[in-house]
Amino acid sequence: MISTMFGKPTAWTTTVLLVVFALMPFVAPAIGEAFYVDVFTRIMIWSIAAVGLNLILGYGGMVSFGHAAYIGIGGYTVAIFGFHDITNGFIQWPVALAISGLAALVFGAISLRTRGVYFIMITLAFAQMVFFLGVSADKYGSNDGLNVWNRSTFEVAGLDLSIDDNMTFYYVIFALLLLVIYVTRRIVNSRFGMVIQGARSNDTRLQTVGVPTYAYRLTAFVISGVICGLAGVLQANFEQFVSPDMMDWPRSGELMFMVIMGGMGSLFGPVLGATAFLILSEVLSGITIHWHLIFGPLLILLVLYVRGGLTGLIGKFERRPPGV
Amino acid sequence: MMKQLLGATAAIALMSSPAFAESIKIGFVTTLTTGAAIIGVDQRKAVDLAVEHIGGKMGALDVEIVYEDDEFNPQKGKQKTEKLVKADDVDIVAGYIWSHVLLASAPVVLNADKILISANAGPSPLAGKNCNANFFNVSWQNDQTPMALGEVLNQRGIDSLYVIAPNYAAGKDMVAGVERTFKGNVVGKDMTTWPTQIDWSAEFTKVKAAKPGAVFTFYPGKHGPAFLKQYAQAGLSDVPLYSVYTLDSLSLPRLQQAKMDGVLGTTMTQFWSPDIDNAQNKRFVDDFKAKHGSYPSFYAAQAYDSIFLIKSAVEATGGKVGDIDAMRAALKKADFASVRGDFRFGNNHFPIQNFYSREVVADADGKWTTKLSGVALKDHQDVYAKDCKM
Amino acid sequence: MDLTFFAEQLLNGVQLGILLFLLAAGLTLVFGIMDLVNLAHGSIYMVGAFIAATLTLWTDSFIIGLLLALPLTLAFGMVLEIVALRTLYARGHMDQVLATFGLILFLNELVRVIWGPAGLAIPLPAFLDGSISLPLGIVYPTYRMFIILIGIAVAVGLYWLVAKTRLGMLIRAGASNRTMVGALGVNVRLLFTAVFGLGAMLAGLGGMLIAPINQAQIGMGEDILILAFVVIVIGGIGSIRGAFIAALLAGVIDTMGRAFLDVALLTFLQANAAETAGPALSSMLIYILMAAILFFRPQGLFPPRGG
Repeated sequence: MISTMFGKPTAWTTTVLLVVFALMPFVAPAIGEAFYVDVFTRIMIWSIAAVGLNLILGYGGMVSFGHAAYIGIGGYTVAIFGFHDITNGFIQWPVALAISGLAALVFGAISLRTRGVYFIMITLAFAQMVFFLGVSADKYGSNDGLNVWNRSTFEVAGLDLSIDDNMTFYYVIFALLLLVIYVTRRIVNSRFGMVIQGARSNDTRLQTVGVPTYAYRLTAFVISGVICGLAGVLQANFEQFVSPDMMDWPRSGELMFMVIMGGMGSLFGPVLGATAFLILSEVLSGITIHWHLIFGPLLILLVLYVRGGLTGLIGKFERRPPGV
Repeated sequence: MMKQLLGATAAIALMSSPAFAESIKIGFVTTLTTGAAIIGVDQRKAVDLAVEHIGGKMGALDVEIVYEDDEFNPQKGKQKTEKLVKADDVDIVAGYIWSHVLLASAPVVLNADKILISANAGPSPLAGKNCNANFFNVSWQNDQTPMALGEVLNQRGIDSLYVIAPNYAAGKDMVAGVERTFKGNVVGKDMTTWPTQIDWSAEFTKVKAAKPGAVFTFYPGKHGPAFLKQYAQAGLSDVPLYSVYTLDSLSLPRLQQAKMDGVLGTTMTQFWSPDIDNAQNKRFVDDFKAKHGSYPSFYAAQAYDSIFLIKSAVEATGGKVGDIDAMRAALKKADFASVRGDFRFGNNHFPIQNFYSREVVADADGKWTTKLSGVALKDHQDVYAKDCKM
Repeated sequence: MDLTFFAEQLLNGVQLGILLFLLAAGLTLVFGIMDLVNLAHGSIYMVGAFIAATLTLWTDSFIIGLLLALPLTLAFGMVLEIVALRTLYARGHMDQVLATFGLILFLNELVRVIWGPAGLAIPLPAFLDGSISLPLGIVYPTYRMFIILIGIAVAVGLYWLVAKTRLGMLIRAGASNRTMVGALGVNVRLLFTAVFGLGAMLAGLGGMLIAPINQAQIGMGEDILILAFVVIVIGGIGSIRGAFIAALLAGVIDTMGRAFLDVALLTFLQANAAETAGPALSSMLIYILMAAILFFRPQGLFPPRGG
């Protein structure tokens, strides 16, 4: 299981997708579809969030139905700083990540006392609270949301490391995505990661041998929240807009879909899932406004018949000898 | 390079043979899915009708409309706007029912230095502090209609008012608007959870206890009919109800279907009504009714106007749609026949116009509609215009 | 505080609770017995409302519309179970959440294609329009009283069904030990389909009852679905009694929050702050209640036997 995470079965797909990510800002304008640079920026941001959720969902078996809340918290922190004319990214970003982590710590501490469906529902409840907080915050636009008129600024010793340029920002996001995947890989393969995965199936046994699984699981939950917070920071900067809609419960559902679609518990699966999910909805909604009639059943079929998501599907395909 | 070449060829072609005309491409973003689609579909009907009425031409240019669906979601609306601006390369972007969708999408259009025309949403940031030379609004600013309503309440000598509105940006704007002009006492105020709360039993019990002279409300979309039905069912029919954006040509047929006779005679305020007497409006309303069997909503009226506004600018600039400065100056003049009668743009590119009181009546065929009953505010400009440095 | 006012608000709360119960009952049955998390339960509520509204407009009678819509919703639920949901019983909760999420997208769009985006509005029958006088000087809308009575009748009926009948015995047995019921020679598949249909019918009934107050509307299920989930989680998943008590609790607390919170906050907040905090807090109240209850009782108020 673990050996299949990054490497073998989907190595080809992974490589192809990474190359596509890396070259998109050059390829898209060249073929006259510059618009796709934006599509792929969005895909990478959602990929980061999906990788974050996958850490607890795929590896830890903690089905959080409220992770859009952390995306929202990250995004809103940037927007609110901007609203008060503080655009310094060295302040905005760490504070945003810290608040996301803190929220995940509080919500996780309570949620992890429960199991199964109770866990699904309580994470949802906390996300709804954050959602309603956003709707009620009239100073910050209430449900109309808040524009982020200026992106975060990074000035060190007179050097302006601006992300205003879309191309630069694209590669910053790309680098952060790789970093997040790398960090997740390190976590998963560490002793810590083993405990998280062990606690998924055999919590009690681990506890009896003296492993404080609760603390481990909570730590993973917080890390996952912080990664989603990062996605929120990037989203606010890219979309130049935040609103409560970004943390409404269907967003949490969509994020889960991306993870499942790609294949849970595989490092690169969530990226694959986010890409497939967003491109599919882009293409289908271009065909007909009744695209949910196709999209809905497609999702159901995927859940029902494709075990292990796209990673599983592609893995099966790639394992076959060439030429078959 | 390729594009320039094509453009040049087309220009030459245009000069040599008028049959080979260039076109103007207008992106129109509205809501075509979810329950809110009823508004977007109405707008689309109006835009199609406008294009038909102008014979598909603005000056020498063929009109091409690209509709996009925002799914009632700001992120989606922004993506669709990006597509219009970057992939479809439209000349002008118009539409937008919802403030949040417009706020999310505005930077995309404005950063690309294109013209943006709102056919409904009029959020205060875009009217004031963040007003923009390329942004025009053909509807109204949120606060104006309830301010007009406050005046109507004063005219009718109502001294105590109970306010019920949804707890979100537009809801708060509406309440602030009515409080700005209403001179009596606000004896109670409930801001309800939006958009999930669709039951007002607790609030109505409070109204009964407070015994106000009138109730003011604002519930757009699907909430409106539900609110009105429950209001009547709660035994509040003896407390007069005043509303803004709650009763319109979209909700009235459904209320009639549900036999909610208590709605007849209800007063609201609006910048337009189907019975405003001018040639442009008569043609619009008659043809809309003939084609679709129902009255157009005010959303439709604004959408219809937006096409004629664009046409006036295209003709004034001699079809030089790419010349942003010229287009902007021409749009600013609002030199076209509006269905609401004359209006002009203020410094912030929001209309300075009349607001009327209107009442729900049955027309000659028994169909429920609204009828003008007076002028509430004359030549009114929104209060945010002074924050706009333009 | 004025007693009449308080009592009337209490009735409002009970009425909201009853409505929540109609949804929660089916949800908790399906959950407790088939171990299925069905997000599309709210869509059944919507479909029920649309079917009843259509039939009411056809027959010009709400009661006939309602009586015809009930078996149709039952059938709709059973078909849904056989075609799409049956396969999900053996799956994890997450697969179920996702597949039924897909189903929501599909059903919403389907309803829109069939009935259009405007929704359907229907009148109240004349004998239920108006208000009735109750003790304490309460004047209460007749129709809302009608909802309360129907809800109580359903609760009693369900209690009788589960506690006293053979079907109820099988349901209880099925919840704690599925294989054993199968070994007894009972057609478990059929039993599950029947239970799902019953739950669907109850949800549909909720939608039908609300149709004359609001209207049949796309997406109406999602607004209330999350609340219904909160209710069954508070009550303890699988417990009808828990669902009933939690539904009333949620209904009353939500209503009381809307009725009194703004005044209560004024005692220790500035008018301006109270005006902002009041609505914010009252919209979060039910979720706060749920988090608090799960904090102390991670399996809800009435945890089912044997998990």
